[in-house]
Amino acid sequence: MNNDTVQITGRNRIVLWISLVVALLFGSGGMNIAYAADAGVGSDSVEARIAPIGRVQIEGQEPIPENVVSKTEGEEKELIAAPRPSRGDYPDIGVSSRAVVWVLAQMHLFFAALVLAVPLFVLVIELMGFKTGDERYDDMAHEFMKISLTGFSITAIFGGSLALALFVLYPDLMGYMMRVFGAQWLVYAGLFFLESFFLYTYYYGWKAMRYGNLKWVHLTLGLLLNASGMTIMVLSNSWATFMMAPSGVNEVGAVIGNIWEVMKGPLWNPINLHRFIANIAFGGAVVGAYAAFKFLSTSDPAKRAHYDWMGYTSNFIAILAFLPLPFAGYWLMAEIYAYSQQMGITAMGGILAWLFIVQAVLIGTILLAGNFYLWSGMSRTEGSVRYQPLIKYIAFVLVICFLTWVTPHTLMLSASEIAELGGSHHHILGPLGIMPAKNIAVNLMLVVTFLSFQLYRRSDKIATVSWAKAGNALLVAIYVVAMVNIIFLGVYYGYFTNTVYKVGSSVAQVGSTLVVIIAGIVIDSLMFRNAKTLPSHWGRIPDRSQYALFALPIAFTWLMGLMGYVRSSVKTHWHVYTVMKDNSPDNFIPTIGYAGNMITIVTVLFLLFVLFMFWIANLSATKQSKPVGALEGGAG
Amino acid sequence: MNILAKTIGFSLALTLVFTSVTLLLPQVEGEAPVDEKVDLGALTMDDFVAMGERLFNNKGTCTLCHKPAPLGRAPDIAGLDMVATSSKRLADERYKGEAKDAEGYIRESLVDPSKYVVATWGKKGSNDSVSPMPAVNKAPILLSAMEMDAVIAYLQAKDGNEVTVSLPSPEAAAEVAAATPAQGSAAAPVLAATPEEALQKYTCAACHSMTSIDVLVGPGLSDVGARLSVDQIRQSIIDPNAVITEGFPAAMPADFAAKMTVKELEMIVNYLAEKKK
Repeated sequence: MNNDTVQITGRNRIVLWISLVVALLFGSGGMNIAYAADAGVGSDSVEARIAPIGRVQIEGQEPIPENVVSKTEGEEKELIAAPRPSRGDYPDIGVSSRAVVWVLAQMHLFFAALVLAVPLFVLVIELMGFKTGDERYDDMAHEFMKISLTGFSITAIFGGSLALALFVLYPDLMGYMMRVFGAQWLVYAGLFFLESFFLYTYYYGWKAMRYGNLKWVHLTLGLLLNASGMTIMVLSNSWATFMMAPSGVNEVGAVIGNIWEVMKGPLWNPINLHRFIANIAFGGAVVGAYAAFKFLSTSDPAKRAHYDWMGYTSNFIAILAFLPLPFAGYWLMAEIYAYSQQMGITAMGGILAWLFIVQAVLIGTILLAGNFYLWSGMSRTEGSVRYQPLIKYIAFVLVICFLTWVTPHTLMLSASEIAELGGSHHHILGPLGIMPAKNIAVNLMLVVTFLSFQLYRRSDKIATVSWAKAGNALLVAIYVVAMVNIIFLGVYYGYFTNTVYKVGSSVAQVGSTLVVIIAGIVIDSLMFRNAKTLPSHWGRIPDRSQYALFALPIAFTWLMGLMGYVRSSVKTHWHVYTVMKDNSPDNFIPTIGYAGNMITIVTVLFLLFVLFMFWIANLSATKQSKPVGALEGGAG
Repeated sequence: MNILAKTIGFSLALTLVFTSVTLLLPQVEGEAPVDEKVDLGALTMDDFVAMGERLFNNKGTCTLCHKPAPLGRAPDIAGLDMVATSSKRLADERYKGEAKDAEGYIRESLVDPSKYVVATWGKKGSNDSVSPMPAVNKAPILLSAMEMDAVIAYLQAKDGNEVTVSLPSPEAAAEVAAATPAQGSAAAPVLAATPEEALQKYTCAACHSMTSIDVLVGPGLSDVGARLSVDQIRQSIIDPNAVITEGFPAAMPADFAAKMTVKELEMIVNYLAEKKK
């Protein structure tokens, strides 16, 4: 055999293993298999050629003393590819494992969203109460906490059930996830202790730390409650985003990065932001339903006034958080497209595209309900008469935009229907089916919703500044220019250039909407400084308006369920996209109808659990009066 | 109680409205790709072209992006004569690949789409130097060499051009099948015709980068020819545990000697020996 040939004999294998053990024991060479090659030869020697990747010993020659190099932690980590489970590796429990996990995960997420959001705006409301000295804010904040308190336990129950179901039904996936995230799970679990500590001290310490410096201590507890809750959320988000767009692993799923590199995938922050905002909107909507129920259940004017105000505040929180949500959604989708155009198109242009019709119905419902509630609320003050004529125009724009949004691009048609239509697309309605039309519609809906909000806020005030007319003219001009710009950008770049410009123009449309919102807030806050205030009558609102406050949480809950379906489905037949295939019997994307049924089940379940949560909250305030007999017995 | 009943009734009714909307829409299921079983003994070129068309529309996910304007996010391949188009692109000074003919160009564009990026279709900010298209032989698409051949056959045949790819031969399949334990699924294995196909067939790139010295699971191989002799490369394939690169576990399968044909092994060895960058 040629002397240059690299080979290791049986004897040398023993040497190799001994050397390996010694290296491991003394940490000198770690797992290196470091052997000498034929030394003293020129640059064409075996040693020189293979030195960059390793050293070998030529049979029959003395080993060259190795250079002792400390290994880094990363080098010592064993690289293990993601598992490749076969169909038989998935336990069969007689019902769809995916359906079980779907229900448990969604219930956990609904309650988690609620209990993360409520303390957030509770803290803001408490701070407002503290700064203004108005104790009504403090009482309302406390009541918000009271009604959501049971939600923490329900979240934990569903979270535990979900974890159990995942480990039982998807053992390979969970084994892999445990390996990838390692000690992060312990941090996650540890944070629950912290959150519980801050939750109970914050809630039960409310009355004990109500005034003075103690209030600051209480506010700090609230801040720490939110900080631990938010950290829990972003940690768990990293699992979902890792499954969608894995980072810190190689092509076969072996971990090559540290935990930070695993967590900070391309979709992590977009999801963090999107969920953060959506949670607030969702939380606001749910507690709004509580206020509406209490409002309808009482005829006491004082209580009706209180719950009307509470309902208004909840709606305000929900709609205010909802307005920027589509923009966070844009960012998320843009990042999905940047990560994988294929994944983006699967969501927006593939078989999942149909669900955006349903999304349009849901968002349309939310916007119509939110606007309707604001218009109804104008009856609280006489000053609203000035703005009421505008409502019909706002309603008109909302309805037209809503109809545009729900117009599908293609329909499943029979041959005769296609012949009758003159093609698969209707020549007038067809163009309304594609994204540019939808972008125009959604931006205009947001603009007019903000207009409703602005009119409502103005209805109990009269500006006293000298430049009020000019300010109004400027505001009208901003609205008109923005709306024309939104339509122009959508039509011109959407239909007369290629797709690249279409996407770019949607950013400018969003910009126009944001300009309206920011300009509206800035101008109004300046114009209505020291304004004359007209009397407002809390509680003077039609009963039917309260149903808008029930429509909001139902639509939000359903919408969250729907978006969960698309977020999970874009991974198609992968547990962890591109590195771990899903070979379970449920590795297909279910139909939109099946998803609709599942979402309805979880929405109804959520509704029942929320009713339970509200009932428990009221139970604590209910006091049984002493029975007459007992009274007599006690007296006797 | 009346209010509670009204509230629940309203909420349920609204929920059912949303549910009914989903039931009115087309009910399409997104099935996971299923490997086709192909009887190579009876396979005709028409079958092969038809298979390519199915792959183009389904597993290959080509039609997600390659659609007619204004819906497409990539050139409308189905509407273009790709053989004629390939000739034009090969002559373009922006072309960076090594293909000489339409078949080579299409295969190259499937596995390395950035070799030629059609103007205006490049990744944002790349000045049309980087394609947003994924390599179809990698996850998540994972077309095999034979499947890529079928797609090429379809793209050639659909406009009446001569199909230049060869049918996967049953003899080659039988040879590979004899050397490979039955897996009970998928298409019959095909003898690799080129080094690239052989590397693809044995999924070398899953653990080794061929274009850099970056570490995936094993060391990058872009300079392996400069580091190891032909014999050393051969030995590292057929007996990978004989010598293991420093810092790497013994993760390379040790059964390539039993799986590879001599021709495939030599193709891979010679191909790697030339990698000296």
